[in-house]
Amino acid sequence: MKKPLHPSQDNPPQSPSALPIKTGAEIIVATLIEQGVDTMFGYPGGVVLPLFDKLYDAPINFIIPRHEQGGCHMADGYARASGKVGVVLTTSGPGACNLVTGIATAMMDSVPLVALTAQVRTDLIGNDAFQEADTTGITRPITKHNMIVKDVKDLQQSIREAFYIASTGRQGPVLIDIPVDIEVAKCQMKPLGEISLAGYRPQEKGHHRQIKMAAEAINKSEKPVLYVGGGVISANASDELRAFAIKANLPVTMTLLGLGSYDQTRAESLDMLGMHGTAYANYAVQECDLMIAIGARFDDRVTGKLKTFAPNAKFIHIDIDPASISKNVNVNIPVVGDAKYILGEMTKEVQHKERKAWFDKIADWKKRFPLRYDAKSPNIKPQYVIEQIYQATKDNAIIVTGVGQHQMWTAQFYKHTRPRHFITSGGLGTMGFGLPAAIGAKIAKPDTTVIDIDGDSSFNMTMNELCTAVQYEVPVKVCIINNGYMGMVRQWQELFYGKRYSKSSLKSPEFAAVAEAFGAVGITVDKKSEVKTAIAKMLGEKMPCVVDFKVEREENVWPMVATGKSLHEMDGLDIFESMA
Amino acid sequence: MKHIISALVQNKPGVLAHVAGMFAARAFNIDSLAVGRTDDPALSRMTIVVVGDDKVVEQVRKQLEKIIDVVKVQDFSIKDVVAHDLMLMCVHAPPDKRHEIIALVEMFKAKVVDIGQKFAMVELADTEEKLEAFIDACKPYGIKNMVRTGTVAMARFNLPNAAESQ
Repeated sequence: MKKPLHPSQDNPPQSPSALPIKTGAEIIVATLIEQGVDTMFGYPGGVVLPLFDKLYDAPINFIIPRHEQGGCHMADGYARASGKVGVVLTTSGPGACNLVTGIATAMMDSVPLVALTAQVRTDLIGNDAFQEADTTGITRPITKHNMIVKDVKDLQQSIREAFYIASTGRQGPVLIDIPVDIEVAKCQMKPLGEISLAGYRPQEKGHHRQIKMAAEAINKSEKPVLYVGGGVISANASDELRAFAIKANLPVTMTLLGLGSYDQTRAESLDMLGMHGTAYANYAVQECDLMIAIGARFDDRVTGKLKTFAPNAKFIHIDIDPASISKNVNVNIPVVGDAKYILGEMTKEVQHKERKAWFDKIADWKKRFPLRYDAKSPNIKPQYVIEQIYQATKDNAIIVTGVGQHQMWTAQFYKHTRPRHFITSGGLGTMGFGLPAAIGAKIAKPDTTVIDIDGDSSFNMTMNELCTAVQYEVPVKVCIINNGYMGMVRQWQELFYGKRYSKSSLKSPEFAAVAEAFGAVGITVDKKSEVKTAIAKMLGEKMPCVVDFKVEREENVWPMVATGKSLHEMDGLDIFESMA
Repeated sequence: MKHIISALVQNKPGVLAHVAGMFAARAFNIDSLAVGRTDDPALSRMTIVVVGDDKVVEQVRKQLEKIIDVVKVQDFSIKDVVAHDLMLMCVHAPPDKRHEIIALVEMFKAKVVDIGQKFAMVELADTEEKLEAFIDACKPYGIKNMVRTGTVAMARFNLPNAAESQ
C-alpha cells in the first residue's frame, strides 16, 4: 500500500541534495515535528541524553511523568481523547521496562502509540551493559510492530513507518529502539515520500458484495441487534453509526470500549452488554436472530459461555482486522474494512423496517429490569456518586476510570453520549490507568472537563502522577470511590470464595491530605448530603482536585454473569426487584 | 489434519523470534519449522508444519499475516505440495555389515557422505514417510546419531498459486 504520510498536508517536493546533514537526535526531533507531534511524554536517562539535548529548545510540549508507566498511560489517554498518535520516550533498560504495562494496555485496546526507547551503544548490545535490556525482545508480543535501528540511514524512515503502522489498520503501539551511537551519528535527511510496506496492506474499503449481503440479511431480520465495540470510535464512525442504526431501525448495544459511540440517551440504546451489562442488552443478544458486530471482538467478558452465546443468531462481523473474524464465533457474513466506509455504504443499502414486536419486547425488558441501586439508603452508594457526577456534567466531560467496581458502575450509571469521552482500560484491565490517562486526555483537550472516576486501590497505584498534574497545571479532577477494598476482588471473594477476604483490603492515606501535599486541592466526603456540593466545588476548582468519597464498603456490581454462565443467566436481578 | 504453512518473511533479525513467539503465545503447536534464504536476499522462507482443525489453521494463517515483517502466507494441505526433509544419520557400519548398509542406502536413494572405521554418515532427502522407513530399516544396525531439518515444501504445478505462477 502506498500512501502519503499526511494526505491533508501539502508536501512540496524536496530535492534530496538540498537536504541537510544532521545527527540522529536532530533527525528524530525533525521527523516527530514532521509527523505532527506537538506533545510528548517521557523521562530522561543516560543513553537518551543526546536526544533530550535536542528537545531542549524544540517546539514540543514535553511532559515528564513521575514514572515511565504513567508517561505511557498519559500518551495513551492523549491518543484516545484526541485521535492522534500518542508519543512516549524513555531511556534504555529500566526506562523501557517500565513502559511494558502501558504498551500492553494500548495493544489490547488498539490505541495508536509510538514508543521511542533509547538503547546502549550498538557495540555493547548483548554484553549485559549498564541499563541494557532486550527491549524489542521484551515488547515484541505487546506491540503491533517494533524495531531496533542499527544504522542512522534507516532512522528517519523507521520513525515514519512507525507512525504509519500505529495509526492505520487496526491501530496499536509501535516501538522503536534507538542505540545511543545512532543518536549522535550523522546522515542526510531524507525527503518525505510514500510508505510502502510489503507485509502491511490494511484493507480499508469493504468488499461491495459482502456489504450488500450484510444489508440484505439486515433487511430480512425480525430481531436484529447491533453490537458495537471500540473500533467504531477508533474509526471516527459514530455519525455513520447513528445514521445507519436509525435508518435500519436497529437496537444498539455496546462493549465497555464502545461506550460513547452511540448516544445512550436514545431509546434504541441497550447500553452495555456482557458480564456486567444490562439485563435488556443481554436478553436481546440471547434472543436476536441477527447480530451485527462492528469493531468488536467477541471478548470472553462480552460473550459469557461461548457455546450458548446468541444461540439463534446469524453473525455479520465488520472489522478492520481479518484475524478478529471467526476467532471466537463463526461468522456468517464477514466484512473486512474501515467501519466508517462500510457503515456509509451499508446505510445506502438498508431499508427501514418497523419490527414492532421486537422493540415492544425490548421496551418491556427495559421496564422490568432497569439498572437499580438502593437510592434511599442513607449511606453514600457508589452508584449515587456517579449519577450525581453525570447530573453535574451531562455530556460535557471526558470520563476516565481505573479498573474494578468503580469502572463498571461508571460504565453503567454515567450516560455516555459522545465518542472519545469515556476512556478506560478494557482489554488488559490495568489498575492505575485512570489518573495518568486523565492527565493525557486533559492535555489533549484542555477546554474540556476531565474527570478520573477512580477506585482507592487503583488510585494508590499511580497517584504520584498528581504531582505531574500540579507541575504542568493540568487541572484534572479525581473522584475516588473509596470503599477501602480492592472492590471487585472482594466481590468475587464474597460470591465465590465464601466471604474469605484474602488480602483484598488496603490501608490508604487520607487522600485529601495527600492531594494538598502535592499542591492539589483535596476534599473528603463522608456524608451523602455533601456529595452534590463537593462535586460542584470540584468542578469550580482551577487546580487539580481530588474528592475522596467514603462510600458504602461492601456494595456489589449487578447484574453479573458469572464465569462460565450464559449471558441470560444473570445474578442480581432479584436484588433489583427487591429495590423496585 | 496436517497443514504446511509457507511464509515469505523479511530477512531481518527478530523475525524468527516474532513468529515462534506468536505460536507460543497463541498456544499453536508447531510440528516443524524450517527457515532459509530465497532467491531474493531481502526475503526468507519459513516452512511451518502445524496440526490442527481448519479453524485453528485459519487463525494461524491470519495471525501470521498480521505480523508486519511477514510478507505472504500460503496454507497447503500435504497432498498439494512436494514436501521433503533432509536427514543426516550416523549408523553403525563395521566392515562386515557395510555392504548391507550400502544396499539399504541404494534402495532408499540415500547417499553415504562420510565413512569411518565403524560408522557411516548417510544423507537422505525425501518425504517424512520415507525417512521414517529408512530409520526403521537402519535401527537393527544401531543408529549413533541423527539430525533432521524439518519439512520444506513447494506447491505442485497443477494448483492455483503454484510454483510456476509465482
